[in-house]
Parts: sequence; C-alpha cells; structure tokens
Amino acid sequence: MRLVAALIARDVRRAWTGGAAALPIAFFLLVVILFPFAVGPDAGLLARVGGGVLWAAALLAALLPIERLVAADLDAGVIDQLLVRGWSAATIATVKVAGHWLAFAPPVLAASVLGAGLLGVPGATLGRVLIGLAIGTPGLAALAVAVGALVAGLHGASAIAGLATLPLAVPLLIFGAGAIEGGAGALKLLAAVSLAYLAGAPFIAGAAIRAGAE
Amino acid sequence: MSADGQARLLRLGGVTCARGGRRLFEGLSLALAPGEAAVVTGPNGAGKSSLLRLTAGLLRPAEGRVEAVSAALLAEAAALDSETSVRANLRFWGRLDGVTPAAVETALDAMALRPLADAPVRLLSTGQRRRAALARVLASGRRLWLLDEPANGLDTDSVALLERAIVEHRAGGGAAVVATHAPIALPQAQAVRLG
Repeated sequence: MRLVAALIARDVRRAWTGGAAALPIAFFLLVVILFPFAVGPDAGLLARVGGGVLWAAALLAALLPIERLVAADLDAGVIDQLLVRGWSAATIATVKVAGHWLAFAPPVLAASVLGAGLLGVPGATLGRVLIGLAIGTPGLAALAVAVGALVAGLHGASAIAGLATLPLAVPLLIFGAGAIEGGAGALKLLAAVSLAYLAGAPFIAGAAIRAGAE
Repeated sequence: MSADGQARLLRLGGVTCARGGRRLFEGLSLALAPGEAAVVTGPNGAGKSSLLRLTAGLLRPAEGRVEAVSAALLAEAAALDSETSVRANLRFWGRLDGVTPAAVETALDAMALRPLADAPVRLLSTGQRRRAALARVLASGRRLWLLDEPANGLDTDSVALLERAIVEHRAGGGAAVVATHAPIALPQAQAVRLG
C-alpha cells in the first residue's frame, strides 16, 4: 500500500512539474472568462447560467491532459518496468486514476470558486456546483485515464481523445448541471455514473495498457 | 554448476515468438543456472528484444513454455523521470524493488555515477542515461538480469564497468541474458543466434 502511495505521489508530482495540472486550470479560467464576452455583461443572465458554465469549463479543461496521461509512461518504459515487477495493469490504471484525480480535482474546485466570483454566481449555486464537481470528478478522472490508455500511441491522439471523452462525459454534465437546479435526485444519479466509470476504468485502461506494452 | 532443474533461474522450452502475424523465431530452448549467461545475437528485427520481453513476461509466447524467476529488465526506454535526479530516480525504483538506499549507492558507484548522482536525468547524455538504467538493474537485487543492448551509447570504460558488473553478478549466483550486437566480453556464455 505504501508503494501504491509512492506511485500516486509520483504521478501528482509529475503533473505539477510538467504543467499537466496547471495548464488545465488556466484553460478552465479562460473558458469561464470567455462566456461574458460571448453572451454579454448581463449580470442576471450570467448568474443564472454560471453554474452550467463552470461545469462545461471543467469538462473542457479535463480534456487537455488526457493524451499524455498514460502515453508518457508507456513511451518512457515506466509501465514496462512496473509490469516486470509484477504490478498488474489494472493496478497501474487505478494508480493513474487516483493520481490524475488528486492533481486535477482540488485545483478545479478552487478555480471554480474564482470562476463563480468572475461570473457573479450566487453562493448557494456555487455550493451545489462544488458538491457536484467533488462527486463527478472521480468519474471524469477515471474516464480520462481509460481514454488516455486507449489512445496511447495513436496518431492524432489528442483529437481522438477529445472526441471519445466528451460524449461519455455528457451524463456527468447533465446530472452535475441538473443538481444545480434539481437537488438530491440528480446528485445520486451523478454519483452513480461517477461510480460506474470508476469501477470500469481500471479494467478498460488495464487491458489497453497491457495491449500497449505487448 | 548445478544441473538440478529446481535451481534453474530461466528455462525456455520450445518457445515460438510471433509478432504481428510474423514468426520471429521458432522452437527456441534455453536454460540458465546460477552463474550462467547467454548472449543473444542476430540481425535487426530477428527478435532479440522480443526474446527478452518474453522472458520478462511482457509478451506471451505463441508456443512453448517460459519459466523464469522474477527478473530485472534493461529495455531500450530508460524509464527515468527527466526532472528528478539520478539518485532520486534510483531510490524510487529501489523502494519498489524493496532494496535499501545503500544498495542504490553501491550501484551508483559500480556504474561510476556518483559525480552525476544529484543531476537531473534530462542533463545526462545517452551513455550516462544507459548507465543510470544499468544501475537500477544492479540495485534491484534480482537474480536474473535481462539486458537489451546494454552497451548502446557506452564508451569503452563504461563497457568495462558493465562487463565487471555482470561477472560479479554471476559470481554471486546470478544469471544474465544479454542481447547485443556490440562485442561484450562474457566468459563461458551460451550463444543464442536468432534469424
């Protein structure tokens, strides 16, 4: 278990030093800032759509690091070295999900507070967005790692990663944004989708990692 | 050396390797007892790397049996994080291998990496990176070494360090499979010719 923690810590450290954590956050804030320019400076309108904007921005920001999530370690031979040491591909995938979530989710939650301030989103709405993101981002991280493992080594991997991820992330967006208006029912469905992705990703990503190593 | 089958560190029985529908080699058999070594030679694409990956358990043979103790693999990719120091990289893998930091220091000395130990890996030359990856094999404490082109990028002094490390490993009851097209002195090594 300590070794798993060491591997997760390595992923988080690499995400921060390599820009994979900071760049999506900058992108997230840019997308949030873009909306007032697009729909106009109507404070009432921005406050009303702001929660949904935060969700959509979080989703778009989540796409940025996907391409390198698994490919970097596959190319560098790190995954081979872990497999030789008897780590299962599913465990490696689980480590990737945990590491990616730790590097991605807390900064996005913090940036959402900032974004809510920029859009004039009321406090109660922000609270529901934060709860939704806290529940939805583990599923999003799992989806990102699964897609990242599937596209590793492909030409045009980043574009394919985006095309593959966004449709699958739509349920998270619907229930996450739905929870802003609709309360507990949507949150439960959001949690269910998030859990399903969390449960499935280690096996899908693990199979892809195994195939990539062969 | 012991001919007892139980003592073997590696036994390949009639192994056939197929990659992308093409058969690289067929019916290959090889057994290594403690202290023994094998040199795998052959033209590019003959399956030298595939043979090592098969032995390491990263590939499944199309036919035949692979029995090997857990091995340390030197592959083409160094698997070192470029932003962290050589020592930090090796300690990280040392933790995964369950060896002490002292074993890492010994390996750094054996590969003459002490002056570079605190330099980030991105500043290392090809040969220095190779030596760092070799140091990880030395520090691993595994009895079976699988070395894929270990002399690539190494200068003559470093090749001598490599040869000495393999000699000491064999003297300590280890075994090594070395795939190479560069001349490496491996006394009494079995020759495996592919292709």
